[in-house]
Amino acid sequence: MKYKDYYQIMGVDRKATAEEIKKAYRKLARKFHPDVSKEPDAEEKFKEVAEAYEVLKDPEKRAAYDQLGSHQPGQDFRPPPDWEKQFGDQNFAFDGGIDLSDLFAAFTGGRHRTGRGAGAIQMAGQDYEVNVHITLEEAYFGTELEFNLTMPEYDENGFLLRVPRVLKARIPKGATDGQRLRLPGKGGKGLNGGRDGNLYLNIALHPHPLFRVSGHDLYLDLPLAPWEAVLGTTVQVPTLGGEVRLKIPPGTHAGQQLRIADRGLPRPHKGAGDLFAIVQIAVPTVVGERERELFKALADGSTFNPRGHFERR
Amino acid sequence: MQVEQTEALWLHEHYELSLTELSELSGLSEAELRDWVDAGILAPADPQTAQWAFGADRLVTVRMACRLRQDFELDPDGVALVVTLLDRIHALEAEVRHLRARLPRVPR
Repeated sequence: MKYKDYYQIMGVDRKATAEEIKKAYRKLARKFHPDVSKEPDAEEKFKEVAEAYEVLKDPEKRAAYDQLGSHQPGQDFRPPPDWEKQFGDQNFAFDGGIDLSDLFAAFTGGRHRTGRGAGAIQMAGQDYEVNVHITLEEAYFGTELEFNLTMPEYDENGFLLRVPRVLKARIPKGATDGQRLRLPGKGGKGLNGGRDGNLYLNIALHPHPLFRVSGHDLYLDLPLAPWEAVLGTTVQVPTLGGEVRLKIPPGTHAGQQLRIADRGLPRPHKGAGDLFAIVQIAVPTVVGERERELFKALADGSTFNPRGHFERR
Repeated sequence: MQVEQTEALWLHEHYELSLTELSELSGLSEAELRDWVDAGILAPADPQTAQWAFGADRLVTVRMACRLRQDFELDPDGVALVVTLLDRIHALEAEVRHLRARLPRVPR
């Protein structure tokens, strides 16, 4: 089991008062809480802080933690002999990969929750949340994801250990950025007949080289040559479901959004968002002699004034 | 090791949860949830019906509100305020994402 220095994590002295610890927690919570913070690794950092506070704010847990002695953070260690007896009738499989937080999670009002025996409390399993990144293609077609998780569990002898689990979840069509899903009963195991917890997935989409996402709508830049925009044309436009032909009317200008219905991301229940092709007028930078002459002739022969409104003031 | 196969359920407004289901999933009592509806933290799809139904996406709000209450040691009014502000932030972020999506990428 690896040691974590909760005092160091909270930035307080080992002799800090309860008030000082509370103050330190409040400050760090504001800084790193994932619902509030934009700091990188906010979630990881907040998890650490919350774990430390959970132990240090409770006088009993803090006393038990202090009894573990002081070690180097990250160092493998064991509680001193009799530590388990002193703080409850609990058994830990220290070679079962358990985490320091598992030790204290089992405290309940001075008595350890025990995994076996009479008088054991029934408790619902914990809920877990996992962040998942998928590609636009996976969101479009649906996908199957595999998770490797470890969760604390009690074995048949009542020993607490961390059990690795492999979960395969089918993600149906309908995902977009920020969409959430629930895997019923796939969270922590319930205790003594309590129901199992849930596993929640937070979907995030990988950036796509072509498409930008807003809700279930997709946006795609559509560069046109000047003559294509003026004369009109038909272009091949890529979509997640294959190419489509798009008619460009004559006189199409830059910035226009051409809507291709239902070619965005599918919605969870039915239908789909749209794909918007945003017109850009692309100008050739390398121009041959003949092209240059043609453009000059066009410039001379045209009365088009795009900046008329500058003068009409 | 056994591989557990499972289906995922959308937490999307199209799917409904009853007050009882919301209570069971969130760990809050039905009474607490009624208080939260009163405080404006969440709203049923149709407040006039006797049996309240909530969009499944409300579970996300409820779980977030629970987490905020616990992590910041807030009272009910504090929770309501924070949820309101976060809703505004999320709406603004969605608008920014929308505007960014509409902006053409400058070609190199």
